[in-house]
Amino acid sequence: MSNIIKVGMADWKTCQGEDGVITVGLGSCVGIAIRDPRTGIGGLAHIMLPDSTEIHNNSNRPKFADTGITDMVEALTRMGASRFRMVAKIAGGAQMFAGVGKNDAIRVGERNVLASKKKLMELRIPILAEDTGSTYGRTVIFYPKNGDFHIRSIGLPEKII
Amino acid sequence: MNDLSMEQITSQYFDVLKELGNIGAGNATTALAQLMGSKIDMSVPQVRLLEFQEVGEIVGGEERIMVGIYLQVEGDVEGSMMFIIDKRAAAHMVNKLMAGMLVIDENKAEEYNFGEMECSAVKEVGNIITGAYLNALSGITGLKIFPSVPQIGIDMAGALLSVPAVEFGIYGDNILLIQTNFSDDVELDGYFIMIPDMESYEKILSSLGVM
Repeated sequence: MSNIIKVGMADWKTCQGEDGVITVGLGSCVGIAIRDPRTGIGGLAHIMLPDSTEIHNNSNRPKFADTGITDMVEALTRMGASRFRMVAKIAGGAQMFAGVGKNDAIRVGERNVLASKKKLMELRIPILAEDTGSTYGRTVIFYPKNGDFHIRSIGLPEKII
Repeated sequence: MNDLSMEQITSQYFDVLKELGNIGAGNATTALAQLMGSKIDMSVPQVRLLEFQEVGEIVGGEERIMVGIYLQVEGDVEGSMMFIIDKRAAAHMVNKLMAGMLVIDENKAEEYNFGEMECSAVKEVGNIITGAYLNALSGITGLKIFPSVPQIGIDMAGALLSVPAVEFGIYGDNILLIQTNFSDDVELDGYFIMIPDMESYEKILSSLGVM
């Protein structure tokens, strides 16, 4: 019997075997799914902000793309996954409201995607697929065993990348 | 940027928000009743400080389809605010507002595709409600506050709420939410979120003599 483990906002979770990880209602946040195909060990991170070094109050590490991805990759390694085999898929980073005013927070989706890609590149984890940007929310489910990354949005057919 | 965190500011701001919630809700009720041409009851608003993970649960699940009205504020106070209601409640308000010119089947509201007319009606409601709160804030603090043109989003609650959550995320790990239940013949749950930037928090609190 497989379990689906829930990942909240500013959080990450790992799993293996038949299990999957889900995060519900990604808006401007980004979901980063990473797995080691040989061991089937993987995880899903739900980050809210691009860069922990830009912010004074940054002790909540899973909140940021840089620290969140780093920590999850370390946890996967401790579980027995190999850094050198890891591959990633990413989704989210939407702009939920069209540009109002000058607020930087409006473009945060785009910046979250860029920061996630940058961190993955630094860790030399290739991105196999992505479904990012646009203006709608996404619910994502990741199965590390086969690497399927399911994406559900309102009024759109479910996608698997 | 200064060193005050959300947690330090919150306890004082909580009381301010409660007071603001009461006055704002009162103003909004009167305005909405006039606009919709019916009697509206509004409960005493509840102010909640939530962890990011809890936000979706409070509004009835992250995947619940909701309508969000989002706008920026400028002037003495800068930041943004959001009013969010369930899509069915939005459909009910549109029906009331259009007074029979347009009728959405409220039982099928989740699937109903809001067009320009419906969005415009919901924006108007959002304008009135956010305006009521802003007037309350401006009234008790004496600060000048100007709202931008509102933007509307119809999507999963989690996705809409990620926008204010991210803005709160810059300062801390919690989100402040004012929950208002109002009803005419049906119960309508609305949630109101205000996110002043850090300097504006201080301005609000010092203008009230609490800092």
